[in-house]
Amino acid sequence: MRYFVRKIAFFLATLWAAITLNFIIPRLQPGDPAEVMVQKLAGKDAQLNPAAVQAMRAMLGAPDGNLFTQYVSYLGALAHGDFGISYTYYPYPVTEVIGQALPWTLVLVGVTQILAFVIGITLGAYAAWRRNTRFDSIVTLGSTFIGTLPSFWIALLLLFVFGYTVGWFPTSGGYSASTPGFNGPFITEAVSHSFLPALSLLITAPIGWILGMRNTMVMNLGEDYIRLAKAKGLPDRVVALRYAARNALLPSVTGFAIALGGVLGGSILVEQIYDYPGMGRLMGEAIGNRDFPLLQTLLLFIIVGVLLANLVADLLYGVLDPRARRAQS
Amino acid sequence: MTAGIVQTGSEERPGDATDERGEGDAGYSQQRWWQLLWSNTKARVGIILLLAFILIATFAPLIAPYEGTRSDFDALLPVSGDHLLGTTSQGADIFSQLVYGSRVSLLVGLFGGLVSTAIALVIGMWSGYKEGTVIDDILSFITNVAIVVPVLPLMIVLIAYSEVRGIPLIVFVIGITSWAGHARAKRSQIITLRNRDFVTAAKFAGEGSGRIIFREIMPSMTSLVAAGFVGASTGAIGAEAGLSFLGLGDPNSISWGTMLYQADSQGAVGQGLWAWVLAPGLILALLITSLTFINFGVDLLSNPHLREDS
Repeated sequence: MRYFVRKIAFFLATLWAAITLNFIIPRLQPGDPAEVMVQKLAGKDAQLNPAAVQAMRAMLGAPDGNLFTQYVSYLGALAHGDFGISYTYYPYPVTEVIGQALPWTLVLVGVTQILAFVIGITLGAYAAWRRNTRFDSIVTLGSTFIGTLPSFWIALLLLFVFGYTVGWFPTSGGYSASTPGFNGPFITEAVSHSFLPALSLLITAPIGWILGMRNTMVMNLGEDYIRLAKAKGLPDRVVALRYAARNALLPSVTGFAIALGGVLGGSILVEQIYDYPGMGRLMGEAIGNRDFPLLQTLLLFIIVGVLLANLVADLLYGVLDPRARRAQS
Repeated sequence: MTAGIVQTGSEERPGDATDERGEGDAGYSQQRWWQLLWSNTKARVGIILLLAFILIATFAPLIAPYEGTRSDFDALLPVSGDHLLGTTSQGADIFSQLVYGSRVSLLVGLFGGLVSTAIALVIGMWSGYKEGTVIDDILSFITNVAIVVPVLPLMIVLIAYSEVRGIPLIVFVIGITSWAGHARAKRSQIITLRNRDFVTAAKFAGEGSGRIIFREIMPSMTSLVAAGFVGASTGAIGAEAGLSFLGLGDPNSISWGTMLYQADSQGAVGQGLWAWVLAPGLILALLITSLTFINFGVDLLSNPHLREDS
C-alpha cells in the first residue's frame, strides 16, 4: 500500500512542479511580463486588440501585486480551467482550441506508442531468445542504424515516396471532404491521413524497447530459475514466454513515460510535416504567431499527459511486481 | 572532442584504485585506453568519421566553394560542377550549406554535451554521495521530475520566449533540459563506490565532500563520464536539428536542421527536390552514427565483460 501512496504523492509533487514551472517561465525575462509580451506583439503587428492584452493579463495572473499574489491568482485561474485566450484563434479560449486538436494527437501518439511497445517487446524478446544468431544481429544492428536517423527526416522521406512519388497516401491534413464525427467516410479518411505520420513515428519508436527488452531478457536467461525450468523439461515456448519474457517485461513498464515523451516530441515535428491537425501543429502555429497563452497551455497539457501516463505505469508496475511493493515499505 | 576528455581523466586516474575493482582499463595493463578504443572496429570507424567532420568544419571556408549564408544564385539550379548539389529556392548553394552546417552541429554537440554533462555530474554525484540525506531527497526529486518532463516541448517554449535566438541559447536550453537521465545513472554508480576503502581513507584524511567526489571518486569512473558525455553530445546534436527544423535555430548561421526547415517550408518534398531534402538528413545521420560507434568503444573501456565477447 505504501508503494502506491508514494507513487501518487510523487505524481502530485511533479504536477505541482510542472504547474509552477509554467508560472515561472514567462517571468524569467526582465520587466512586467504582460507588458513585455504586449510590446513584442505590437512590434510585429501594430494593431493590437485591447482585449488580447486583457487576455494576456488573464493568462499571467494579476500583473500588480507581488509574485505571491500573482501565483495565487494563477493557481485560481487554473483551478477554474481558465487558461487564457488564444491570439491565433481569437477570441476562442485556448482550452477550446486545444480541445479540437487533442483527440488527433491522442490517437496518433497513443496508437504509435502501444504498437511500438508491442513490436519492440516482441522483437527484443525473440532476439534475446535467439541471441548471437543472424536474426539477433540483424535486429540489434538494424535498430542501432535506424536509431541514428532523425524521425522528422524519415517523415520527409516517407512523404516524398508514399505521398508524392507513389501517391498512395494523402500528403497533408487530417481528413478531406467528410464531416468529422463517428461516421464511416470520416474514419476512413482520418486513418489514411494518419497512416504516414504514424509510420514515421513507428520506425524509430520501438528501438528503445527492442534493445532494452533484449538486454534484460539476455540477463534473465542466465538465471538459475531458467535453468531449472529447462531442466524440468518445460517446452521452449513456455520457458521463453512465461518465464524469461514475463520477467524481462517489468523494467520496460517503468520506461513507458519517458518513451511517451520521446514519441510526443517526435509527433510535434511530424505533425508539422504532414500538416496534421493535432497539438504539434498547434504548437508550430503558436511559435510562429508568438501565441504565448496557447504555447504555455500546450506545454502544460503535454507535461500533465506524460505525468498521468507515468503514474499509470508506476501503479501497474506495483501490481505486476510484488518486489517493488515490498522494497518500498 | 571525446578523445580530449578521456585523456585528461586517464592521466589523473589512480591506478591502484582501478585495479582493485577490475573496472576501467588498468586491469588490462598491456593495452592503454586508446589502443583498446582503436582495436574496436566500430569505434575506429566512428573516430575516423568524427575526425573527418571536425576537419570539414575547421576548414569549411577552404572546402565549401561559397559562403554558407550566401544566397544570390539563381534559384533551383540543377546539380552541376558549379553547384555540386544544386541550389535552393532562395538561391543558396546546397553543398556549401552542408559544409558550413557541420560547424553548428559540432559546436552544439560539444558545448551542449559539456553543459549537460556538467549539470548531470554535479547533481548526480552529489546526490549519490549524500544518499539517504535530505540533500539526496531534494536532488533526486528534481532529477526524477526532469526525467519525466518531455524535453522537446520544454525546449521549444523556453526558446520561443527568448528575444535573442542563437547557438548560445540553444546550447544553454539543451544543457539545462537534458541532463536528468545521465544524472540518475551517475547517482547509482557513485552509490556503489562511496563506501570503498579509498573514500573512507580520504574522509579520515579530512578531505571535504566536494574534493572527495570530484578528485577522488570521479577519476575512477572516467570512462563512464566519457560515455555520458558522448551520449549527451549525440542528444544535443539531434535536439538542435529538431529545434532548427521548427524554425527556432540561429538565424545568422546555417545548420542542417535549418536547411530541412527551409526545404520543408518551401515545399521541396512536393517538388521532388531530393538533393535538398536527402543530403542534410543523411549527413546528420552519419554524424550521429559516428558518435554512436565511438560510444560502443567507450562502453568497452568501462565494461570488461563486453571486451571478452569481441
